Amino acid sequence: MYINIKTSNYFSKLTLSLLLLSVPVLSAAASGYGGPYNFGTPASPADIALIDIDAMPDGRGLPPGSGDYNTGKLVYTSNCMACHGVDLGGVAGTGAAALIGGRDSLASGKPKKTVESYWPYASTVFDYVKRAMPFNAPGSLSDDEVYAVVAYVLGEANILKKGRQLNATTLPKIDMPNKDGFISDPRPDVFIYE
Amino acid sequence: MDSNILEKEYDEKTRSLIQGMVEAEEHAIASRKKQAAPEEECECRDGMFPNGKTPPKASRRQFLASAASGAAALAVGSAANAAVPAGSIDYPVQDDPTKVQGRLTNDDGGYGSRSQFETESRWRFPTATKESSWTMTPLDSGSGIVTPSALHFERHHGGIPNIHPDKHELVVHGMVDGARKYTMEDLKRFPSVSRFHFIECSGNGLTEWRKPTLKTVQGTHGLTSTTEWTGVPLSTILREVGVQDGAAWILAEGADAAVMTRSVPLDKAWDDAMLVYAQNGEAIRPEQGYPLRLLLPGFEGNTHIKWLRRLEISDKPFMTREETSKYTDLLDGGKARQFSFTMEAKSVITFPSGEMKLPGAGFYEISGLAWTGKGRVKRVEVSVDGGVSWQLAELQTPVLPICHTRFRFPWRWDGKPTVIQSRCQDETGYVQPTIKDLVGVRGLDGGKYGSIYHLNAIQSWAVAADGGVSNVHKY
Repeated sequence: MYINIKTSNYFSKLTLSLLLLSVPVLSAAASGYGGPYNFGTPASPADIALIDIDAMPDGRGLPPGSGDYNTGKLVYTSNCMACHGVDLGGVAGTGAAALIGGRDSLASGKPKKTVESYWPYASTVFDYVKRAMPFNAPGSLSDDEVYAVVAYVLGEANILKKGRQLNATTLPKIDMPNKDGFISDPRPDVFIYE
Repeated sequence: MDSNILEKEYDEKTRSLIQGMVEAEEHAIASRKKQAAPEEECECRDGMFPNGKTPPKASRRQFLASAASGAAALAVGSAANAAVPAGSIDYPVQDDPTKVQGRLTNDDGGYGSRSQFETESRWRFPTATKESSWTMTPLDSGSGIVTPSALHFERHHGGIPNIHPDKHELVVHGMVDGARKYTMEDLKRFPSVSRFHFIECSGNGLTEWRKPTLKTVQGTHGLTSTTEWTGVPLSTILREVGVQDGAAWILAEGADAAVMTRSVPLDKAWDDAMLVYAQNGEAIRPEQGYPLRLLLPGFEGNTHIKWLRRLEISDKPFMTREETSKYTDLLDGGKARQFSFTMEAKSVITFPSGEMKLPGAGFYEISGLAWTGKGRVKRVEVSVDGGVSWQLAELQTPVLPICHTRFRFPWRWDGKPTVIQSRCQDETGYVQPTIKDLVGVRGLDGGKYGSIYHLNAIQSWAVAADGGVSNVHKY
């Protein structure tokens, strides 16, 4: 998709200057611009682990832990239901989205975009709940609770069997109904060139 | 209007949301008119500029204040104090400023405020929560190309965090030779660059797909702003950490309650991305990401992650909520475009524009803004006859890349009803399309407004025989 050309790094610049100009490295570094500057400090694995919360479609970033539909229902009831509703349809006026329903509505002219109908990856549900939900206490759920509530939502959406344990191994294997629903940007799509 | 558009009816939820937006805009218009003439029936529509160009009449309170000693307590305008507009101070007005000494030097604490007679303000889109919401820049009253920092449009997904700069760190990790973390002090030691760039929300104009909905240019186009940004080129930081072979994407993450995240192609990061800490010569405003924001010139606004705390380099996009569930463009047929980053060429006439009223036939200088995420604006044309003929407008120089460009056009209005429009062309040769052109390729089935994101169509303003200006679709 995107290729990192990596046209210029310090090493190649350095090599180039040594080869072509025979300029001593030290004098080049003594004046003007040119790195490395070495500002900042090394980030330790612990520094990174503290904030590296993302989860990717292939499962990278998913933490240890697990949860299932039944546990998730309890998590949902106490943390999510007030806004997303008993029926997961979203409570009017809260701004909370409907989580299920709308399957096959995307081409209908009245699309209903929900986790069930629109979201292409289960990892996105885990990632978003973990980072930003519940709205009144973002980031407050444990990893087990996040797995559980994702299992509940996907269970209610008839995407995941209700007895299934969700964890770092099983979650990436879920096929979301709209997994093939996205295409890359073809713009410019209007060709008025002069 | 195209019959295809007319046939489509809004559903009830959409009608109610649109009604809410219309009401919010009307409330904003009414409150500005009230501020402009608080003690009598508003006559603002008889002026060319309804939005506060008529100074508020001296009130009883102001006369009282001027009679009191200079030590009178001064109130700063805010939403809670409607006595003066937000961001101004309620200073006494002298009857004759040549006969009394003015107020004391630096008595404002060393940080200035705008005149209490200026009323321009952002207004908020009436979303369900005030944490996840947005505000519009008053383009109708703007001059030149720069947006005052206090009037820059906002889009927040989890409110505005208040971050102590000494405690803020940026962690850069993933497919790098050496992960590093940077304090603000560290980042400011790197060689810096300053550049003027616009940021436009991809949802700018989302109400206007099917039919004209909002009345003012603030409502139809207020999600774009231009700023002089200062910071470190992201490429500098990438060289410092050493990007590994195979890397292609970079995740940017904010330190707000939404922990807002977007995946960005690494090419863009190498090309012209910046880590910015200053806005128009001072520290970036909290609403704009204080203390650190990712700037991706020409990309849709939500990718310019505010309150930036983490960059992770990877081989693949992360498929976060904001690039799957949101900020994707659902088309007719049910497929959705993803990673539609670039804001394409667009222009709008800001004077005269919706809700203004021209006092009569005669000379007017039409003025507006043009911009493109693909470099420089090459030309802007103006039509004063509903698109029958087009003439070149004058561009304010310098014309900067990926930046608002001010255009001006002399017009002698004959007093007859007409439609005025602008269209621009960028340096790639691309010409700003009509709504019909865009609907032709994207359809209107993508959402409740027809489509949502990336509306860059020609804007039409109808000028009535009485001089009233209104939002119309015309092509």
